[in-house]
Amino acid sequence: MSFKKSFGYRGAHPDDYKYITNKNSISFTDVPDRVYIPVIQHIGAPAKIVVSVGQVVEEGQLIAEADGFVSANIHSSIPGTVAAIEERYISVGKKSKTIVIELNGEFRKSGKNIHLTDWKSMTKDQLLKKIKDYGIVGMGGATFPTHVKLTIPNGKNVDTLIINGAECEPYITGDHRLMIDRSEDLLEGINIINKILDVRNIYIGIESNKKDAIKRLKTLCLNRYNIKVVPLKVKYPQGDEKQIIKAVTNRVVQVDQLPSDVGVIVQNVATVIAIKEAIVNDKPLIDRIVTVSGSGVKEPKNLKVKIGTLLKEVIEECGGLKEDVKKVVIGGPMMGFAQYDLEVPVTKGCSAVVALSEDDYTDFIPNGICLNCGKCINACAFGLAPTVINKYIKYNLFDKAAESGLMYCKECGACAWSCPARIPLVQNFRLGKDIYKKLTEKKKKNKG
Amino acid sequence: MNNGKLLIVSSSPHLLNNESTRSIMWIVSLFLLPSIAFGIFAFGAYAGLVVLFSILFSILTEAAVQLIRKQKVTILDGSAFLTGALIGMNMPPQVPLYIPIITSIFATGLVKHAFGGLGQNWANPAIAGRVFALVAWSKYMTTWTVPFDADAVTTATPLGALKSALLEGNIDLSSTFAEQVGLSKFFYGPIQVLQSLPGEVIKTDTTYFNLFFGLKGGCIGEISVFLLLLGGIYLIYRKIVSIDIPLSFFLTVAVVAWIFDGTRFGLGYFHGDPIFHLLTGGCALGALFMATDMVTTPITIKGRIIFGIGCGLITMLVRMYGGLPEGVSLSILFMNMLTPMIDRFIKVKPFGFVKK
Repeated sequence: MSFKKSFGYRGAHPDDYKYITNKNSISFTDVPDRVYIPVIQHIGAPAKIVVSVGQVVEEGQLIAEADGFVSANIHSSIPGTVAAIEERYISVGKKSKTIVIELNGEFRKSGKNIHLTDWKSMTKDQLLKKIKDYGIVGMGGATFPTHVKLTIPNGKNVDTLIINGAECEPYITGDHRLMIDRSEDLLEGINIINKILDVRNIYIGIESNKKDAIKRLKTLCLNRYNIKVVPLKVKYPQGDEKQIIKAVTNRVVQVDQLPSDVGVIVQNVATVIAIKEAIVNDKPLIDRIVTVSGSGVKEPKNLKVKIGTLLKEVIEECGGLKEDVKKVVIGGPMMGFAQYDLEVPVTKGCSAVVALSEDDYTDFIPNGICLNCGKCINACAFGLAPTVINKYIKYNLFDKAAESGLMYCKECGACAWSCPARIPLVQNFRLGKDIYKKLTEKKKKNKG
Repeated sequence: MNNGKLLIVSSSPHLLNNESTRSIMWIVSLFLLPSIAFGIFAFGAYAGLVVLFSILFSILTEAAVQLIRKQKVTILDGSAFLTGALIGMNMPPQVPLYIPIITSIFATGLVKHAFGGLGQNWANPAIAGRVFALVAWSKYMTTWTVPFDADAVTTATPLGALKSALLEGNIDLSSTFAEQVGLSKFFYGPIQVLQSLPGEVIKTDTTYFNLFFGLKGGCIGEISVFLLLLGGIYLIYRKIVSIDIPLSFFLTVAVVAWIFDGTRFGLGYFHGDPIFHLLTGGCALGALFMATDMVTTPITIKGRIIFGIGCGLITMLVRMYGGLPEGVSLSILFMNMLTPMIDRFIKVKPFGFVKK
């Protein structure tokens, strides 16, 4: 048994529930009749719509283009006609302009791997441009445009690439299945990124609850001396960018720094495969793997879903919801968003749909009494004292809360998970952050 | 789609730990029961009555206060039960029943609820209650009986007998004592002194075995170090009790006893008996169950280690140089009051945070 790396002594240990879907290979869904593609699917500026109602679009055709550098292109996931452009709720709970496309015509890309590009003859800039054109964003959930991340600013020296296969959120097994079912594609994707970055060390960090994936990649990397598979301790939030850098390379990214400041770039497994598909197969980011799991869903599966498919169709594909379902979450249960209906579309960052039935459902106690037990402090990988910050927010001392590190909170949920008083800490922090931001803006205005 | 039922929407995380305040309180209470049972077994049914009345009046006080203040009655969360059980365990076996009753009312009513109830108390209610009773009824609170004795003959606790023997000076502490006990042994002192005392002072045979398994005079719940340790280790394993306080508490007591306690017996430094000090008094009960009360201990691990060291130091200071034989409850009370100060100065450092 080799020594498993981790980020420090803090962290939480929620049950991982991976057994529900980790043996199920990726299966395909029926093609939806209509897709609803929002223009907000990434961090940064919303994409600008370039199609009009009634226009016929092909599969993979650009329908909204990046508006600015930190933004991403969006492509049609099915061939058809633009039926409407409307405001709709998206999974994060806000409204976005959404392009509705009705199925019509022939698929020219899905299921066809004929077109193979010889990427080895392409230059670094050509590769980056292709990644940008094909709308690749980070698929671990943060959805940061990948071309921005891979463009290293002058003066920074990146020597390490980490492939994030930690998948520390409970239930999600999409990356796990990708590492097994598509491991060759993953390695080719790594080669492409390496051509862009030209790094010395490449690590694939995998939590050790994915033993088969570790074994498979280790065998494949036997004669690849620059790629190391690193088994990581099963601990939440191991898959956070800064934490996995600490775990794998022992480098600390300071609070106001980016990973490239310490010479590291982190890419998620699903993103690497999307990059490979874009570069080699000329396929834009129009589908993704979604783990549909949880005690509230009848047949849990790992599905390949077209971007823009409605949640209800994804769930129907898995036999529907059980009678006693209480909550449906898009994303993992620790950081995902609870949905109030199933009419929201799957977007680029939607790694999982978790339906929780009565058995798994626990309520927060909004005015729960803090016992000062300090469990939240031991859970916080970012070294904050959630209980202290929470008390400052409770008594409207937002400056004090910010002084104690409120703005460094990543809302990973480890503290709230471990709180025996069941205080909704993350919710309070979100509120506190909002109020603090507004107050500082106000102060600036008054001064100026 | 979802059968017409509404879905719940709330902020993440959507999974929560099974552990709740209520489960923690009841599990800790559960693991006190073996020690209480042993106490009743050793001292008779009256001891059970003492514990029962402590628990009953702690719960009644909580209910009464909450009813008067028109709050939600939370007697089922186990914290009042736990306070009552700890008070009962800290009572001598033959104490008049009004003492545990008043102590419980004082602890739950004044120490806990007068400051805002659960989570707001400035000291562990059971500790504050015990110290209150000790000061108010010192005679009753220091009358002990021999365990497993139907006639409830009075005796002294090992620490009490040792203290009075040393204060009265009726034992020979000249250099010959060291020669008597023989310098070949590693530890000397308290055990030999107690064994040399006349039979009417301390009626239990003082050996490490008896001290460990509970054949000694003492409070109802503190005598069996064995059972307390068993429960404590399980709670530490389940991460309900954090190990930092008990460990630093025990280590400090052991180290201070080893270095300084020998001087009381004319043996010089580094000749104390740490095992004796760990096995006597409320050391196990205090360190494992009373000093680890979450509300009144620091929130950081560093802070808790300071807390434990402080407790150990004060315990040994009282035991060696104070007028009282026992210092555990006083030390915990003192450190409880110091806790806000520790939390103010010992802070966690955010990940990747550099001071500019």
